[in-house]
Amino acid sequence: MLKIEDLHVYYGGIHAIKGISLNVSEGQIVSLIGANGAGKSTCLNTISNLVQNSKGKISFMGKNITNAPPHKIVKYGVAQVPEGRKVFPQMSVSENLDMGAYTRNDKLGVKEDKQKVFKLFPRLLERENQLAGTLSGGEQQMLAIGRGLMAKPKIMLLDEPSMGLAPLLVREIFSIIDEINSQGTTILLVEQNANMALSIADYAYVLETGRIVLKGEAKTLAADEKVKEAYLGG
Amino acid sequence: MLPALGFIICAIFLAMIWALFKNKKRISSSPIGRFFFGFLLIILSIGAVNYFLVGINANRLYFWQQTIYGVSLGSVYALIALGYTMVYGIIRLINFAHGEIYMIGAYAGFFAVASLGLPFFLALMFAMLTSALAGVLVERIAYKPLRKAPRLAVLITAIGMSLLLQNVGQKVFGSIPRSFPRQFTGLYRIGELNIDQSRAIIFVITFLLMLILQYFVVYTKPGKAMRAVSQERDAAQLVGVNVDRTIALTFFVGSLLAGAAGILVAIVFPQIRPTMGLMPGLKAFVAAVIGGIGIIPGAVLGGLIIGVSENLVTAYVSSSWRDAIAFGLLILILLLKPSGILGRNVKEKV
Repeated sequence: MLKIEDLHVYYGGIHAIKGISLNVSEGQIVSLIGANGAGKSTCLNTISNLVQNSKGKISFMGKNITNAPPHKIVKYGVAQVPEGRKVFPQMSVSENLDMGAYTRNDKLGVKEDKQKVFKLFPRLLERENQLAGTLSGGEQQMLAIGRGLMAKPKIMLLDEPSMGLAPLLVREIFSIIDEINSQGTTILLVEQNANMALSIADYAYVLETGRIVLKGEAKTLAADEKVKEAYLGG
Repeated sequence: MLPALGFIICAIFLAMIWALFKNKKRISSSPIGRFFFGFLLIILSIGAVNYFLVGINANRLYFWQQTIYGVSLGSVYALIALGYTMVYGIIRLINFAHGEIYMIGAYAGFFAVASLGLPFFLALMFAMLTSALAGVLVERIAYKPLRKAPRLAVLITAIGMSLLLQNVGQKVFGSIPRSFPRQFTGLYRIGELNIDQSRAIIFVITFLLMLILQYFVVYTKPGKAMRAVSQERDAAQLVGVNVDRTIALTFFVGSLLAGAAGILVAIVFPQIRPTMGLMPGLKAFVAAVIGGIGIIPGAVLGGLIIGVSENLVTAYVSSSWRDAIAFGLLILILLLKPSGILGRNVKEKV
């Protein structure tokens, strides 16, 4: 469904990604794990084309989207939930969700999907008219995911959804990601929390300083000695 | 009877301030609530000031007359300040060429009325559209290529653009001031107050434009996109907002208002010349900063404050202090609350 071939990215003079190829099939959860600075976020931002200056080919559902402008990419069905949530702080929760559906014109469908998001995250319904900037970190993460869903994406790119959250909340968020996937949205997940990422993923790639050093079924990787040592804390 | 009235006004004032603090989130998050709250506050302030004037036996009529002049002048500053503040909100640029966009509006209006013989309201539309196109053109030519450049480079470009437009204006329009044909010479009397028809028209049109702007920014899709880009640019792109188009739209709307200001000011002060944008441009910028730059209601508030204080200083002190008061207020606000009256203290992200 999403295919990256030999991607190189130069980021502020640094060769941040040095030839990555990866493949996400429909219906899967694919994880991209690796340490800080390995190039995971850069990879997602290159798919969304927030970061330009890249070589290589990115195609989505057979279409070459390498140099499509970011707003077009959303329209094709690729939604990103960015690192650090980046909700619109001076807009209400409800307005944030409406912004998620910015590319859509079916008012009825948008309304229905909003109800679905509220069902998934009842806490957002309680805070419907509150300004997003006043939410807690966990709630903002829920809102960011909800906003991503409102675009009705075929694939959702999630960037560090566990960042800065309490362990209990991380588990909650991940079970919801799993649920979103089971409702038919393909997911490409970038995480430092390799344990959680591998527990829900079908397939995973390990990134180290801009290169893929390991790939395989998530279960196999979770059992791999090298991965265990480097990323799962022995 | 008067002391009782004063007491009631004070009581309502205190109640409103209490309500604002107690219920701040709800009032400030709903645009309609905010609007009515602001409106009530203004009415009450007028009552309170009036009561005070009666108390000290001042010439009330003179004071209110000057204040009304100040409000109509201030609403012109507010119109210009809106453009500064919207553009700043979206690309963090102080668009110094904005005063020249206002000048272009005045000239467009002049030619529409004097050469084409259009009726005033058509001329107003014409001036607004001409300014808007000029604003978008300036953005496209001067600022868009510098989108990823350091902010200082864009700022210097803006100053350059301002000088360029001034000089092109002198070349094209001639440096001799032109006099705008007299419009609206009537006079309204409300009680004992005289209100020139021209000043009343300035105020009414400004008020309507601001209502439309408020509706546009809060409720329409492009308006929401504008707010989204100014709050979180990357996230706005990730939900599918076309950022370049939204920035161009911001320039369009801001310049539309500046164009209206240009022709409106010409019906009260009918001398127009290519350098006329300089002072009002600077003062409108000051107004935007006083209200809190990047905040739309702040620009309106700042514009009115500057307009009224300018007129009161002229009336009670001396007209030579006219220009000084705006910049004096700027220094004051930068010392007391650098983020502006309605501004929040936001840490710069590094």
